Amino acid sequence: MDNQLPVVSIRDVTKVYNAGGGDRVKALDTITLDIYPGEFVSLLGPSGCGKSTLLRLIGDLIAPSTGTVLVNGKSAHQARLGREYGMVFQQATLYDWRTVGKNVQLPLEVMNYPRGQREARTQKMLRLVQLEEFDRHYPWQLSGGMQQRVAIARALAIEPALLLMDEPFGALDEMTRERMQMELLSIWSQTKTTVVFVTHSIPEAVFLSSRVVVMSARPGRITGIIDIDLPRPRVFETRENSRFFEKLTEVRERLRHDEVKVASS
Amino acid sequence: MSQAADLVPTVEAELLPETRRPSQLGERLRRYVPALGLFALALVVWEMVVTAFQIESFLLPKPSVIGAVFVREFPVIFPAGLFTMREAMGGFVMGCTLGGVVALSTARWTVVRDGALPFAIAVNSTPIIALAPIMNQWFGITNPLSKMSIVAVIVFFPVMINMVRGLTQVSAGALELMRSYAASEFAILSQLRIPNALPFVFSALKVASTLSVIGAVVSEYFGGTREALGVYISQQAALFHFAEAWAAIIVACAMGITFYALILLVERLLMPWHVSLRATEG
Amino acid sequence: MAVAQALELEIAEKPENQRWRLALRRALAFLAVLLVLCALWEGYKALGAATQDKVPFTSLSLPVRADDKSMPHLWSIVGALFKPVQRGKEEILLVFLLRAALFTWREAAVGFVIGSLIGFALGVVFVHSALLERGLMPYVVASQTVPLLAIAPMVVIWGSRLNWPAWIAVTIISAYLTFFPVTINTLRGLNSPEPTARELMRSYAASNWQVLWKLRVPAALPYIFTALKISATTSVIGAIIGELPSGIGDGLGRALLTFSYYYITGPEKLYAAIIVAALLGIVFTFVIIQAERLTVPAQRRLAE
Repeated sequence: MDNQLPVVSIRDVTKVYNAGGGDRVKALDTITLDIYPGEFVSLLGPSGCGKSTLLRLIGDLIAPSTGTVLVNGKSAHQARLGREYGMVFQQATLYDWRTVGKNVQLPLEVMNYPRGQREARTQKMLRLVQLEEFDRHYPWQLSGGMQQRVAIARALAIEPALLLMDEPFGALDEMTRERMQMELLSIWSQTKTTVVFVTHSIPEAVFLSSRVVVMSARPGRITGIIDIDLPRPRVFETRENSRFFEKLTEVRERLRHDEVKVASS
Repeated sequence: MSQAADLVPTVEAELLPETRRPSQLGERLRRYVPALGLFALALVVWEMVVTAFQIESFLLPKPSVIGAVFVREFPVIFPAGLFTMREAMGGFVMGCTLGGVVALSTARWTVVRDGALPFAIAVNSTPIIALAPIMNQWFGITNPLSKMSIVAVIVFFPVMINMVRGLTQVSAGALELMRSYAASEFAILSQLRIPNALPFVFSALKVASTLSVIGAVVSEYFGGTREALGVYISQQAALFHFAEAWAAIIVACAMGITFYALILLVERLLMPWHVSLRATEG
Repeated sequence: MAVAQALELEIAEKPENQRWRLALRRALAFLAVLLVLCALWEGYKALGAATQDKVPFTSLSLPVRADDKSMPHLWSIVGALFKPVQRGKEEILLVFLLRAALFTWREAAVGFVIGSLIGFALGVVFVHSALLERGLMPYVVASQTVPLLAIAPMVVIWGSRLNWPAWIAVTIISAYLTFFPVTINTLRGLNSPEPTARELMRSYAASNWQVLWKLRVPAALPYIFTALKISATTSVIGAIIGELPSGIGDGLGRALLTFSYYYITGPEKLYAAIIVAALLGIVFTFVIIQAERLTVPAQRRLAE
């Protein structure tokens, strides 16, 4: 995997809000990170560590104060204009005046996909998330977990190279969350998209990822990148084996290590 | 709209350049200065245009002429304004009282609510002012009561509807708390529902204050005593004395603003906790 | 209006058969109130007849005289609808009033449509240009401090002096009354989508046009309809008031004045005219409500 070119290449990125003002905030400090094709990378850290900011920098929803972000060799801005990624947020953000099917079609409409192909693509996506019978339903008729599945289907509708997810399961209860994690892995194995996943849940990060990027509190810095070499495909039992627990501990220690450092400085 | 809470304001500031941070008082006042300045400028331009093009005064009177007429006619229009103001306030009090009574009874007996509310909504879509000729017949065209009753009907509905909303839209948690104290229905009403309803009622009262002034003036267009402002306006307009009519309109506006300010004052006295919340609006 | 929406939402969220029963209960309650009011009317008349217009057991007079001239029997009002408008004319009162209502409604409706379009356009402009919003919004707000209903007769007389056909002035009045609530509500609605919805559109590199029509406008519809429902009534009121002083002989405003002047010859006619005016307001609002029902599903109608 390492001799391939990275999908995302972040170099010395810093993000400062309200520079020059009294409420100046340094959200991210000198971030350098490479993400390779087909990886599932989690950004993990406490509130305020800038992980959501970093995600948005990759997606060109905000611009870095210094440093560069390259996606597939181009600038993040070019990548956004080239529509190379899909995004999923914590709130499903489905449009309640559109049916489930129409919601999935939204990016296809905006990007002027050929009309003839839209319906087929929508059906394919809904099958992927196992919601094809709910094509004509409205978002409010679906549960929270189902709405997130629709959001994922929508993000994948344009078959992006990169999938950016910002705590997508944060609003769901624990049982649904674990189920959704399994489903996400199943979808990921079928589409082979590269995924950047923001979370503040250690078990979630370890269960899903190939690598976990541990970040510190403001100003956000990468304090460590931990390889998760648990075998794939990951199943429910994976959560119960000792290797999983070891990795959990390793990640937790790294998070704490940074806290202790901060406390003692 | 709950996200990683610490990020929301800053991320938003990046993404949505048109969003502004909450303004300070000075900044808010500064916003109005250009508008006032432009208003003064508009008056000057109005004056000049009318003079330059020699527009006839029945078409568009100059501000200076309106001002002069205002001063000249003041002894007539001010008492007329007070007379009409009495009608507006009388009707306002009647309408609010009735609205309050009906609202309280709907809170107590939901049966009344099922029947009264759709009816109130339907009546509110009608041109209530059309009742003016009937009121003139019933109470006499010169009797202020004929106009007061129109104002009362106009005011009744927004006050009643808003009060019902305020009395019933109580948070479930607050209700459960009261029930856990085994509070009586009356205690729930006085300790919870009515204070909860106050903001709703006041927003209705503010709307009602301007409505009652306009309602009083306009219902006088259907006929009334010579001492009334609305009658004066319609008579002057019919004679093409637009300057006089505008002068009277200015008095009507002033009355409306005064009444509104009065309600604001009462609101500030009765609900000091809520007014500070309102300071961040707009 | 939010209470109405809450009532509707209550209905929409229940299963089919319960929905019918709830709606039926509401309709019956409405009729019950109507019947109670009719009974009160006739009851008051009976009381007045019995006590010679005095409050029972006192010598105070009743506030309103209960004789047939002041308060005609309800059935004679209905009966008058089917009698000729004037002695010697063929047309019955009902037809006359319906024609007048149609006349008034046309003026109100044209003004309503123009005002709504202007309001919507202003909302769209303000959402895209903070500069224009800062600059123009104070004027939009200030426009409402002019009590247009109060100056409506003046506007009409003014228009007649300029030799405009009278309906133009009345249409302007209705448009003026409509545009403000529509502007405010359109702006609120266009700004209502949550930040993540806007981020989503940005991630699609959507153009402003696409964001407007695919996100903002659909989100704004419930708000816009709230304003339209209120404006429907105000534009009718504006039309009636505008007709009062001028020579527009064909509208409801004039009919109200005429039947008021000639009250002695037929009090029922004035009552009938008022009922028709009330129905005009209700029907117009009802039309807007139906339009809303078709474009905005019940769950979304719960806009503030």
